[in-house]
Amino acid sequence: MTTPSSPSTPAADPAMATEWPLWEVFVRSKAGLDHKHCGSLHAADPRMAIQLARDVYTRRQEGTSVWVVRSDQIVASDPGEKSMYFDPAQDKVYRHPTFYVLPESVDHM
Amino acid sequence: MQATSISISQDPAVQYLLRIGDTCLILAQRLSEWCGHGPVLEEDIALSNMALDLVGQARALLTRAGQIEGRGHDEDQLAFLRDERDYVNVTLVELPRGDFAFTMVRNAMVATLLKQLWERLLTSSDTELAAIAGKAVKEARYHQQHAADWVVRLGDGTAESRRRTEAALTTLWRYTPELFVADAVDDAAHAMGLGPRWADLQGAWTEEMAQIFAAASLATPQASAFRSTGRNGVHSEHMGYILAEMQHLQRSFPGGVW
Repeated sequence: MTTPSSPSTPAADPAMATEWPLWEVFVRSKAGLDHKHCGSLHAADPRMAIQLARDVYTRRQEGTSVWVVRSDQIVASDPGEKSMYFDPAQDKVYRHPTFYVLPESVDHM
Repeated sequence: MQATSISISQDPAVQYLLRIGDTCLILAQRLSEWCGHGPVLEEDIALSNMALDLVGQARALLTRAGQIEGRGHDEDQLAFLRDERDYVNVTLVELPRGDFAFTMVRNAMVATLLKQLWERLLTSSDTELAAIAGKAVKEARYHQQHAADWVVRLGDGTAESRRRTEAALTTLWRYTPELFVADAVDDAAHAMGLGPRWADLQGAWTEEMAQIFAAASLATPQASAFRSTGRNGVHSEHMGYILAEMQHLQRSFPGGVW
């Protein structure tokens, strides 16, 4: 089990002293759809991150809403544990809800 | 096709539209100089976006000015075939781009002016111009927010950023009285309901700029007696160079298109 690293500060990480923090950008293309990850950018603070996300990722009408998240705030699964985490699901087809016959009225669930 | 210069009607409606259109056009040209030279990639893209917004506004305004003039001049002819004295942008926008602080202070000044102009032009007696304003006002609001945020960051940032921002403000402030000089063109446009006198925007503009400066802990510079005259076609020494660069292709290859 890996421990997620705490958000790095300029003082804690020399590489960050000359770089703005990294942010992940999520864009919703239209109302009703979910926000999709579309990339990342560097910005000094949340307000700048939102503005630059708008400028970098929505200038061709891609979006109606933008989220940004500090990259170092994202907890990710460990690539080294990929097989332990995900391979066991491979032969469990019965977990898909495809063994039912749905009534016509709810067939598009 | 020919590349000799065109002459422009002195009709106040045409001149009024050209003042706004040329101000957008020349600032767009200055902002585009940052393309590939922005301090960070993201800001580089942001500056190019804003340059393109301003080109779009200039295109719409020059097209409309040409229609009102009625001599068959289209946006390209108006942008590329006029001589320096027939450009009526404010002098502020033709000054060289300077450093990033200079660019941001100028953008804050011009975006605040344009935002207030567009807001008033929404109710122009010219429905075409009102429609252009409806689109442009959204762009101008963003430009103002973007530039104002930077002025605050730089003004209230490091000693170096503050020094540069103060220097930019001192230089640029001398060119701001020109924005609000009342004259016959403004009066005529106001009388026909085309748009506001720029002079009438001075109070609101000064107020908004003061708010930005206060947030940036910058002092508003002293007023000076100097009056620049770009809006009357009498420009700084920088204008000829920017036009030479802008017009070079159309003058060398008249009518050339992509």
